[in-house]
Amino acid sequence: MTALVLLDHDNAAIKQPARSAVAAALKLGEVHVLVAGHGARAAADAAAKLPGVAKVILADAEPYAHGLAEPLAALLVALAPGYSHILAAATAYGKNVMPRAAALLDVQPISDISAVVDADTFVRPIYAGNALATVRSSDTKKLITVRAASFDPVPAEGGSAPVEAAPSVDLPGISRFISSELSRSERPELTAARVVISGGRGMQNGENFKLLEPIADALNAAVGASRAAVDAGFVPNDYQVGQTGKIVAPDLYVAVGISGAIQHLAGMKDSKVIVAINKDEEAPIFQVADYGLVADLFVALPALSAELGRG
Amino acid sequence: MKVLVPVKRVVDYNVKVRVRADGTGVETAGVKMSMNPFDEIAVEEAVRLKEKGIATEVVAVSLGIAACAETIRTALAMGADRGILVESDAELQPLAVAKLLAAIAGREQPGLMILGKQAIDDDMNATGQMLAALLGWPQGTFASKLTIEGDGITVTREVDGGLETVALRLPAIITTDLRLNEPRYASLPNIMKARKKPIETLKPADLGVDPAPRLHLVKVVEPAKRKAGVKVASVAELVAKLKTEAKVI
Ligand SMILES: Cc1cc2nc3c(=O)[nH]c(=O)nc-3n(C[C@H](O)[C@H](O)[C@H](O)COP(=O)(O)OP(=O)(O)OC[C@H]3O[C@@H](n4cnc5c(N)ncnc54)[C@H](O)[C@@H]3O)c2cc1C
Ligand SMILES: Nc1ncnc2c1ncn2[C@@H]1O[C@H](COP(=O)(O)O)[C@@H](O)[C@H]1O
Repeated sequence: MTALVLLDHDNAAIKQPARSAVAAALKLGEVHVLVAGHGARAAADAAAKLPGVAKVILADAEPYAHGLAEPLAALLVALAPGYSHILAAATAYGKNVMPRAAALLDVQPISDISAVVDADTFVRPIYAGNALATVRSSDTKKLITVRAASFDPVPAEGGSAPVEAAPSVDLPGISRFISSELSRSERPELTAARVVISGGRGMQNGENFKLLEPIADALNAAVGASRAAVDAGFVPNDYQVGQTGKIVAPDLYVAVGISGAIQHLAGMKDSKVIVAINKDEEAPIFQVADYGLVADLFVALPALSAELGRG
Repeated sequence: MKVLVPVKRVVDYNVKVRVRADGTGVETAGVKMSMNPFDEIAVEEAVRLKEKGIATEVVAVSLGIAACAETIRTALAMGADRGILVESDAELQPLAVAKLLAAIAGREQPGLMILGKQAIDDDMNATGQMLAALLGWPQGTFASKLTIEGDGITVTREVDGGLETVALRLPAIITTDLRLNEPRYASLPNIMKARKKPIETLKPADLGVDPAPRLHLVKVVEPAKRKAGVKVASVAELVAKLKTEAKVI
């Protein structure tokens, strides 16, 4: 049994969620990884260092440059005969490509798994994580996306796998990348940070999100948000934590001015320690918080940065 | 251009679902059901395309038990022109839904299909991508903006690092994200009008599809509960507890 993992990368490094997908795949058998991109040799070299990986396949061609699903799915179908399992992290990249490849292979994908039971059986959260379903697939091949927050990533270094070129594949020219508008930040990525501090509607506007920054700096934290804060335009879409945004499970999650709707909890309730700051003592977020502070955030946040600044 | 919008009947997003004690699933008896919120966004977008004169007809399709006709009625009240119900009492998983929708696309020849990015019950986030694959069409998933010009569509997508824009050849599949639009409420007159709009009923066999599930449910359990935490009186106490008790900072 050999598993193939499609890796998220930025042409230089392998993203942490992809290293979690490798960790999940290692529970299934031998692991090969696929780096698809254009000018992605450095990423393939980084992939070769992932401990446990037996082989890196590098597909380096212009059509793969921007992660378009149509060419990537065709590539996965071409590689599929050699594998019992094909996995990717349940990121925007993995979620876009894997079901497309699955349908081409007449397979029902298994989305967002949080545990591997055996080669055919997996656990996946449903209903915003309010239930955990154990499902057994009767497909001969399994196509899986992996909830990164549920698997400790393999380390970035330690292995030395060979890198091989992917076969060339006939690619459909029905889609074209035009541009991207990526949020720039010096902070760790939401899905990789050890500490996350998120703001909600209670922050009132985008300007006030600056109140979170000295705290994020002091704790080396990523900044996240509720859907309400994103919808209101306080922060960009990629800040959204929740059922339909990013799933995070940091050591420390601080929710500020967030009520704790089911859909938000779905994205953060597996964090090790949860802190809630909310002026409403009845807010549902307090039901999952290890430490709750009933306070006006406009008083609590400056006090918190001052306290942390004292070291 | 005809636009097809698949709409799924799901447990309302406000309901906190309970796992059945025997582990066979979640309790759905007596629970409020609604249209999947992402599908409301899809219907809204299709109706706006019609209002702009780009779409000529909006067809809402639902697959599942007979009560899915209510979900179609909701779409009709929002402005869809007619409905198709594919009736099945058996569980339909995304692969089966995608095959049935592909068969309907074969009959209806739409120029565009708009789906939700994710059904909030099974949280699969798969059907649109699978349908696109089966039809050989391009896909614009997690869309927050659409522009149609000639035989192409430009789609802005919500991705992990921000936004991305792609150009697709029509016909195409779109899946909606939360920021695409804000769905309207159906007005009472439109709810009345919707009662007269036609709904065609089909069976999976009429479409030549074997809808047998490929994923077999072994069991459903409740996730581990977090143990109750404590309230702290001040920021100083909070920081002290995080340092010495939780040891996370
Ligand atoms: C299909 C669907 C998908 C969704 N997906 C997500 C998702 O992925 N992620 C997500 O987060 N939500 C999601 N939601 C939305 C979710 O249901 C809630 O509407 C949302 O999480 C509420 O955000 P909020 O807590 O910031 O706002 P609110 O619920 O309005 O809460 C604001 C909180 O701020 C507090 N507050 C106000 N002022 C202050 C102050 N000065 N000091 C301290 N506290 C203050 C208030 O007491 C209140 O508790 C989804 C909804 C749907 C229908
Ligand atoms: N039974 C169904 N009937 C109608 N549309 C469906 C059905 N199942 C899935 N869909 C569509 O596919 C989208 C994604 O669903 P899923 O892949 O299950 O998360 C939904 O938002 C709907 O647009």
